[in-house]
Amino acid sequence: MYTLSSKLKLTAIIFMIVGAIGIVIGFLQAPSNLDDVREMMAAEEHHGETALEKEGEDDNFAYAEHSLLLDDEAGRNAESKEDAAAEQGHDTEHLEHKFHQLQNKPWAAVYVAAFFFFMISLGVLAFYAVQYASQAGWSPVLFRVMEAITAYIVPGGIIMFVLLVLSSMHLNHLFVWMDPEVVATDEIIRNKTAYLNIPFFLIRAAIFLAGWFIFRHFLVRNSRRLDQATDNYYFKKNFKLAAGFLVFFIVTESIMSWDWIMSLDPHWFSTLFGWYVFSSMFVSGITVIALVTIYLKSRDHLPFVNNSHIHDLAKFMFGISIFWTYLWFSQFMLIWYSNIPEEVVYFISRIENYSLPFFGMVVLNFVFPLLVLMNSDYKRVNWFVVMTGVIILVGHYLDVFTMVMPSTVGESWFIGIPEISAVLFFGGLFTFVVFNALTKAPLLAKRNPYIKESEHFHY
Amino acid sequence: MASKVIHAIYNDDDLLLQAVKQIREARYHIGEIYTPMPVHGLDKAMGLAPTRLAITSFMYGVVGLIVATAMMDFIMIEDWPQDIGGKPSFSYIENMPAFVPIMFELTVFFAAHLMVITFYMRSKLWPFKKAENPDVRTTDDMFLMEVDVANHNVDELTKFLYNTGAAEIKLIDNK
Repeated sequence: MYTLSSKLKLTAIIFMIVGAIGIVIGFLQAPSNLDDVREMMAAEEHHGETALEKEGEDDNFAYAEHSLLLDDEAGRNAESKEDAAAEQGHDTEHLEHKFHQLQNKPWAAVYVAAFFFFMISLGVLAFYAVQYASQAGWSPVLFRVMEAITAYIVPGGIIMFVLLVLSSMHLNHLFVWMDPEVVATDEIIRNKTAYLNIPFFLIRAAIFLAGWFIFRHFLVRNSRRLDQATDNYYFKKNFKLAAGFLVFFIVTESIMSWDWIMSLDPHWFSTLFGWYVFSSMFVSGITVIALVTIYLKSRDHLPFVNNSHIHDLAKFMFGISIFWTYLWFSQFMLIWYSNIPEEVVYFISRIENYSLPFFGMVVLNFVFPLLVLMNSDYKRVNWFVVMTGVIILVGHYLDVFTMVMPSTVGESWFIGIPEISAVLFFGGLFTFVVFNALTKAPLLAKRNPYIKESEHFHY
Repeated sequence: MASKVIHAIYNDDDLLLQAVKQIREARYHIGEIYTPMPVHGLDKAMGLAPTRLAITSFMYGVVGLIVATAMMDFIMIEDWPQDIGGKPSFSYIENMPAFVPIMFELTVFFAAHLMVITFYMRSKLWPFKKAENPDVRTTDDMFLMEVDVANHNVDELTKFLYNTGAAEIKLIDNK
């Protein structure tokens, strides 16, 4: 049996406390009314050109062009008066826009971090089910590690649901389509209300989460019961359950990605989005399995895990990283190539305002694992796997970040106190839950029919 | 001086692996081993150096990537930068997403084909090559090990090989 070391527990708790304080600071820093925003922007103006000025220039340019076309004195005069009046209206409109973005900032930071850690445990659950359904001979020694990581799915899922409920209660503006005023003036969103309406949205989320919780509960329970069993009844049961889960998962995961992420941009859609989010959660999940396994092994808790197991996990990290890149590029290139305005705005807003995280994550998630994990010998070296694993996790955090942030905070993004604190908080919670779950069962599954093969696995 | 080798034939791969270990321990020199199928772990038992084919493949892939990039940069950007359907052809990076499928395919093409050709050259395989097979049964169900006699006593070596489980032992004069 594994016992949670007090040091690890303390670290996790410190992370949670520091993170919670930072999250609160983030909410306090967010402007509470338009005057705050005006002050903030005035303070910013000293540092250089603001977005407001830039937009003003654009207006002037548009006006000049317009008047050239008109070329009649009376019209021009009338226009310039109108323009002056419009500019004031425009000013408050712009302030309001900025106000919403800044108000969304702490919410979006929490949302990104909550989803990131939740998707890791969901990805691990999918990987676990794949191992059962494919009757893999190498992985049963890692089952208890995977089961422990999926333990986070329950608290993480509840937090996600609470965040969605809070959004539905109009405490934030993460989802524009939840705002009845927006829907009233937006025909595109209005046409989607049959799908994008709050009750149905929450019911869907509840069904998905309940389904994942239930499958996770029975998969783990059967795996524990198998230890005490005298036959393979629970193994066969888990095999069927895992196959059923994978069918349920791929449907619900796809819809979940439309609901929780794609609907942040209700004007935009992409058909491979579900797969894209899946690949991201799958590779981060596998990476976390590798990191936890290497940590436990370094503390001598997993004597039956050899470097061939690490090699296999690293191969998965390598392969699924490339799979992620394939989907990322397929989505990007198809939209870039055809350049249809209603689709391409998604990438224009990301490339213009998020060019470093947007392209940086491709380097972190593709180039780095490609070059480091290609060599067969390196996949067996623990510190290589840990280093690449950390890079992959940072990369996939940025991935979620660039999926969520542009549509919620737009150009007002920054990785500052709220963002880092949210990661610390959920990272601490994740560590605490996972390592606490590890103490609940022996680290070696006993009566799994493939456990002997797995213990002697050699590649 | 004519060199002599002994052909020891085994009819089981486990026996062969055991024999290889014993022979290497006794410091006899194994020339070649002919088997009808890959025997897992034979190269390790014989102490053969690991292959460097994967490294060559990586380098060929890099060559393929460079060829693709240079080719398309010259054709599409430098030589005749036409406006084709509004694609930006001012610099390579601007139009790069459109070139990626070709860059990928050429990388794989070079890596795969040049590696296969390297394999053929290094293992000396070509269409009209004369087969080097000391015993036709080794392509079906027999495992043949060639041990150099050198300056060892033939009788002693034969006896040793017989004890390792060889089914047939032949002394061959290489003229």
